[in-house]
Amino acid sequence: MATARVAEPSGSLQEVKDWGLDREDLLQIYRNLLITRGVEERGHILYRQGKIPGSFYTGRGNEAAAVGIATAMGPDDVGTPLHRDMGVHITRGVEPWRIFANYMGRIDGPTRGRDGNVHMADARLGLIAMVSHLPAMLPVAVGCALAFRIREEKRVAVAWYGEGASARGDTHEGMNFAGVRMLPVVFVCDNNQWAYSTPTHLEYAVEHLADRAQAYGFDGVVVDGTDVLAVYHEAKRAIEKARDGGGPTLIECQTLRMEGHAVHDDAFYVPKELFERWAERDPIERYRSWLREHADLTHEEEDEIGVGVKRLLNEALQKAEQSPLPSPDTLLEGVYASQDDLETPHHK
Amino acid sequence: MAEKTYLQAISDGLRQEMRRDKRVFVIGEDVGVYGGAFKVTLGFQEEFGPWRVLDAPLSETAILGGATGAAIMGLRPVAEMQFADFISCGWDHLVTVAAKQRWRAGTPIPITVRLPSGGGFSGGPFHSQNPESSFAHIPGLKCVCPATPADAKGLLISAIEDPNPVLFFEHKHLYRRIKGEVPDERYTTPIGEARIHQNGDDLTVVTWGAMVYTAAEAAAKLDDLSVEIIDLRTVMPWDKEAVLASVRKTSKVLVLHEDTRSGGFGAEIAATIGEEAFEDLDAPIKRLAAPDTPVPFSPPLEQAFIPQVDDVVASLRELAEY
Repeated sequence: MATARVAEPSGSLQEVKDWGLDREDLLQIYRNLLITRGVEERGHILYRQGKIPGSFYTGRGNEAAAVGIATAMGPDDVGTPLHRDMGVHITRGVEPWRIFANYMGRIDGPTRGRDGNVHMADARLGLIAMVSHLPAMLPVAVGCALAFRIREEKRVAVAWYGEGASARGDTHEGMNFAGVRMLPVVFVCDNNQWAYSTPTHLEYAVEHLADRAQAYGFDGVVVDGTDVLAVYHEAKRAIEKARDGGGPTLIECQTLRMEGHAVHDDAFYVPKELFERWAERDPIERYRSWLREHADLTHEEEDEIGVGVKRLLNEALQKAEQSPLPSPDTLLEGVYASQDDLETPHHK
Repeated sequence: MAEKTYLQAISDGLRQEMRRDKRVFVIGEDVGVYGGAFKVTLGFQEEFGPWRVLDAPLSETAILGGATGAAIMGLRPVAEMQFADFISCGWDHLVTVAAKQRWRAGTPIPITVRLPSGGGFSGGPFHSQNPESSFAHIPGLKCVCPATPADAKGLLISAIEDPNPVLFFEHKHLYRRIKGEVPDERYTTPIGEARIHQNGDDLTVVTWGAMVYTAAEAAAKLDDLSVEIIDLRTVMPWDKEAVLASVRKTSKVLVLHEDTRSGGFGAEIAATIGEEAFEDLDAPIKRLAAPDTPVPFSPPLEQAFIPQVDDVVASLRELAEY
């Protein structure tokens, strides 16, 4: 039986203003959505050009979920975004050229060539780099929230995981502990319906993953992950609740992974009609329509933002390509940290 | 300076560090009200409160993952595994996240994991293991295995101070059996420096943890031989120079550990001696370790499993006669 609340779709401009977004914020969300998709589209091109070693992963279809959550986070909040959450990095302010540099294994990527894809994070922006073992970062975010609780700070941690990772024990242990201690953490499930080739009916037996929140002693909510403002609204509510001592919330963002698991995968196992149906709910198209209808987005504004994003990404690509590859001499550096290494924005 | 048990030394060291540094907190199963399965944190919750001495659910991954997150946010967690054996439930977290985060993402993880380890009291296959070699193999983790009360305190404080994940293996069979002088003031024992437990000229034993005492008892039975015992104290990083210096002096070496033989850390030590001190050896390097089986429960089986004083005597005799 479903127990999670189902979120309302985004409403009028006045409603959205009441949620804390002014018109400039709304345009910034639009810009962040375009940058998010633009970074990943250019990543595809780089991959085909042979400039990205290994494989390449994107979050096409998940842009609104990622941007919506990140927009609701405060400057001192922290998060552990995953490989479908480029929009979190963009919204928090990661410079796209550093993302391209990371894709290509260059020294100016946040990992300096030591890890690829979106396995990166800028500590200055409150982000912690993911690992491949999902959802290993979920208990880490819970630990951040524990630190905030111990120090009695009004900060919140956001923990991302996917519906695939919901089957692993880390999810259970992290959520259970967070519920027991009423920690200031928000769990965000990017439910994109496919764990590589495995559909949801082979992953879980509840109606909604957010229903599980009740079992852990907190609230769950299901939100349309293609509706950036609805996602923002639920995230804002959950984050402020956590900040005020109200404990965790589980937000399930429903989307469809619009590409294969990674670039090598053509997703032949996903029914074509499913792609077609979800293509009609493309998060960027939806939001653009909403802006036109409710916020008087003009063609001039659209062009200005679009052109600006293109310029940003072109310049970022050029800059990233100038970044050198790492020297093999650096391989052994930094396996162990020194005391000086603790001078990071996080550890203070 | 006062005489303390190994267990008191750990407990006092931890309490002292928590009084000095508000960032230090304890998390584990039954560490609060109950004071820990071995009573290392007895009375801590009364002194430091429930948010610095946290009773966790049976969730090794949440304990270690939580410690990692809290460490990234600037705290200094000391996580207790109730028995070292249960670290298997948190393996993924330590190896996948904590060990690699500094190297790949520039984020140090200053956590200490306390691991009551070792056998000798019929704990059976799941309460007796010495898993240090598994973790010594993982770049990014440090492994500490003190043998004396003074080192237990000094190395625990070093572990807490260290900016890396440090696994602190405290041997359960030493907890109340071994006593020694422990300075009252705060001090650190450097991670990576061996200690000469006793000087000798004829043979070297390289060992750590409870086996230090097994080796010493064996050496005492060999009146005609002068045995040097190197207590490694830390297994990763390990003090290669101290080992090689002793081997160069005695030319005959026994590598002894309580963990099982194949792939045990003794193999790494033996290989290094073979590579770097071959010319100084007068006999093949000898290894004495537990056989490659799970740790047995019944006393005669367990005694056959854990290297005994007589086994060490026989090995040293063989080496001497080579």
